[in-house]
Amino acid sequence: MPGEPLLVARNIRKQFPGVLALDGVNATVRPGEVLALVGENGAGKSTLMKILAGIYQPDGGEIEFLGRPVRFNGPLAAMRAGISLIHQELNLAENLSVQDNLFLGRETTFAGPLKLLNNRDAGRIGAGLLQRVGLPVSFLSKPVGDLPPGQKQLVEIARALGLDAKLLIMDEPTSSLTQTETDRLYEVIADLKAGGVSVVYISHRLAEIRRCADRAIVLRDGRNAGELAKAELTHANIVRMMIGRDLKQFFPRHHRKPAGGTVLEIEGLTFRGGPKYPASLRLRAGEVLGMAGLVGAGRTELSEAVFGLRAITSGRILLGGQPICIRKPADAIRAGILLAPEDRRMNGLVLEDGIGANLSLPNLDRISRFDMVDANAERTLHADTIARLAIKTPNAAQAVGLLSGGNQQKVVFGKWLARGPKVLILDEPTRGVDVGAKTEIYALIDELAGRGVAVWMITSDMEELLGMSDRAVVMHDGRIVGELERNELTEEAVMNLATGVGA
Amino acid sequence: MNGSVIFGGFFAGSAAVVLALWLALDLPLRLLPLGNRYQLWFASLAFSLALLAYTLELSRRNLVRLVGVVVLLAVLIGTLAASSETAFDRSNIFELLSRQGALGVITIGAALIILTGGIDLSIGSVVGLSAVAFGTLMESGVSPVASLGLVLALGVAVGLTNGLLVTQLRLQAFLVTLCGMFVFRGFAREINKKQTGLVLAKENHPEMAESIDGLRALLVGKTENGALEFPAMLVVMLLFASIVAVILHKSAHGRYWFAIGYNDRAARYAGIGVERQRIAVFVIGSTLAAFAGVLLLLNTGTADPTNAGGSLELYAITAAVLGGVSLKGGECTAIGLVLGALVQPVINNLMTFLEIRQSAEPWVIGLILLLGTIADELIRRDAFGSIRRYFLRRA
Repeated sequence: MPGEPLLVARNIRKQFPGVLALDGVNATVRPGEVLALVGENGAGKSTLMKILAGIYQPDGGEIEFLGRPVRFNGPLAAMRAGISLIHQELNLAENLSVQDNLFLGRETTFAGPLKLLNNRDAGRIGAGLLQRVGLPVSFLSKPVGDLPPGQKQLVEIARALGLDAKLLIMDEPTSSLTQTETDRLYEVIADLKAGGVSVVYISHRLAEIRRCADRAIVLRDGRNAGELAKAELTHANIVRMMIGRDLKQFFPRHHRKPAGGTVLEIEGLTFRGGPKYPASLRLRAGEVLGMAGLVGAGRTELSEAVFGLRAITSGRILLGGQPICIRKPADAIRAGILLAPEDRRMNGLVLEDGIGANLSLPNLDRISRFDMVDANAERTLHADTIARLAIKTPNAAQAVGLLSGGNQQKVVFGKWLARGPKVLILDEPTRGVDVGAKTEIYALIDELAGRGVAVWMITSDMEELLGMSDRAVVMHDGRIVGELERNELTEEAVMNLATGVGA
Repeated sequence: MNGSVIFGGFFAGSAAVVLALWLALDLPLRLLPLGNRYQLWFASLAFSLALLAYTLELSRRNLVRLVGVVVLLAVLIGTLAASSETAFDRSNIFELLSRQGALGVITIGAALIILTGGIDLSIGSVVGLSAVAFGTLMESGVSPVASLGLVLALGVAVGLTNGLLVTQLRLQAFLVTLCGMFVFRGFAREINKKQTGLVLAKENHPEMAESIDGLRALLVGKTENGALEFPAMLVVMLLFASIVAVILHKSAHGRYWFAIGYNDRAARYAGIGVERQRIAVFVIGSTLAAFAGVLLLLNTGTADPTNAGGSLELYAITAAVLGGVSLKGGECTAIGLVLGALVQPVINNLMTFLEIRQSAEPWVIGLILLLGTIADELIRRDAFGSIRRYFLRRA
């Protein structure tokens, strides 16, 4: 390759509490190239990108930009140096005009400390910036809030260009764009490339990567898994590199029996705020149904609708062959459909409260008489649950916020165990959970399934999906795109469906 | 299911109080020799104190929340004792406790709403409206007990309106009750242009004089000529506080309120009817405010539509916060509210004894309350330091 590399990152390490997010990652960006950054959820893409853009500081390793070692202490420093990050959630002031946004924080002013706005200069420079991203000059006076997402994205790119960016980092830039807007974005990227600007492009959509990237770096578990040149950017190559690893964890199947009859049946379900495609799904007694899909595929939303958190607009839910009406979580809970939510700190637990109070919360109807809580029944419930799940705590009064991720998840499980679930929906059951607790949670899932509970396990963890599922369904873009029996369950098959290739 | 039980529980308790009052008014006054009111007061006092003691949870967290107010009260009462020889006279103590009772009733209501993550700024206006409505009803010949019932119904209606607007239209409680503050003050001025009072009611309807005086004697402990015989308002407040203590610390509904206050999303995911609980709490708060209006008229004998109960909501919220309620929601103890409601009356009393000029009163009260709040907050932060550090590390 001709010329000096624009950016070199060597041996980057980043430690978060309990997780080593990046473990010695290397990356090189050349001038005027589009580099794709690929990897599964949690592989470290976002962390690397945020380090390059100065949002995080690395715990180890070095970054050279334009041949000089740099250390950004914040996103502003990175921007000044010429690296801009286009966020997934756009960072524009919606109430201000396009022009005001282009110059936000670095307004062109005159009259010295009075800082009067120099609108003429701003208009002239702004017009030039908008032209570079292909937006009409008349947009300068429009409020950003009135623009569709695709054009907001272009405004954001124009703003970065106004800062004389040499490297643009785009995080899932097309996730909220229409096809036309996406095509427009590709043209702009091609123009930028021709103008010598480099782009680091992160996307889950492998087809897009093939279309616009010159090269791809694949990350896996916080390490470099490999690099692919443009000619090697085939779907099969990317997927293999993303997931190519041994199943090293232990997934017990001691208790499981062949699945029984259908317990839960979802027929043509649509719900408010959900995709327009109706969803249908069957869960059998004693099986673990894995649900795979990329982040944003609509898995959590579907489970929330079944749990009564989202208003159902059409279709029906049958429990044991009988149609049931679920309008609020209390209906689902009474029917025995229980949900351990994805964001347990936000939705699953009252962090400031004790373990006991959390365990009691959905079970108060069982341990109280005439609305008065039976202190003995409550103590028994706490002691039984803590012992059964081996929650590590000095006592039941311990605030849940102080527990480890694994123990917090056990409390979330514990809330439901006493109710004797028929259907247990687990949304990312082991996210943020250490390996030891993971094994315990897997053993518990196996045991529950062995007792006839239908487990619906939403997971983005490939090993977990392959290891635990008796059957799996895959969602893509709000649709259930495929179903895989255990003998068909391979990483390639799942990834093909999840990335929308095999559909 | 949840909502109906809580409504039932609260109103059964309130009905029991009202029924007891009625029985006390109409039967024993005629059948028993004089002094029966004392029996009822002491029985109620014993009952409510026993309930408060039974529900007392001296967990570390609750203790931390109570330390501030206990220390503040100790300092204030110590100063009071030192300031004058007459400070601990029976008449002064009764006056203090009587004011504590009056403030406590609305403090309880304000605290429950704050506990579940809301706020009620309309309390003062509801107190004023209820006082005026109570007086006006009696002036027009409605019996005192029936007037009391109607005023309480008014409180229920106000709470229901606030609660429905906040939960169903998802309006902010601050805004809804701020509007209520103006609206109910306006209503008070509409229904009676003049000051209302017990004297006028008794003049208009001499046949009701006996029952008005009876109700007054029973609820606020004042004789016909307005002398304070016993701090009956404290007894009334303790009765409410003890019912609330049982709900808060022993019942499933108390648990729901704490959970909603801390994290209403987790409460929703646990299958709790969050909206119903919120409505119930608003109804309880406004009903207590309406009851406080009745007490106000009976206590002072008059109510002026333009200013009766003015800015009481602020005193109530301050008393609740001093008593260990967090404005963020999720923290409240019944005993703390009882103690919190004593602070402002003691300060007030202290200023009288120290002969501090009247004009200085507001800012002195404000400053002492601010100091109390700061001390309280500092103590709390330190105790929660470990949790805080944990979250900082995560962020």
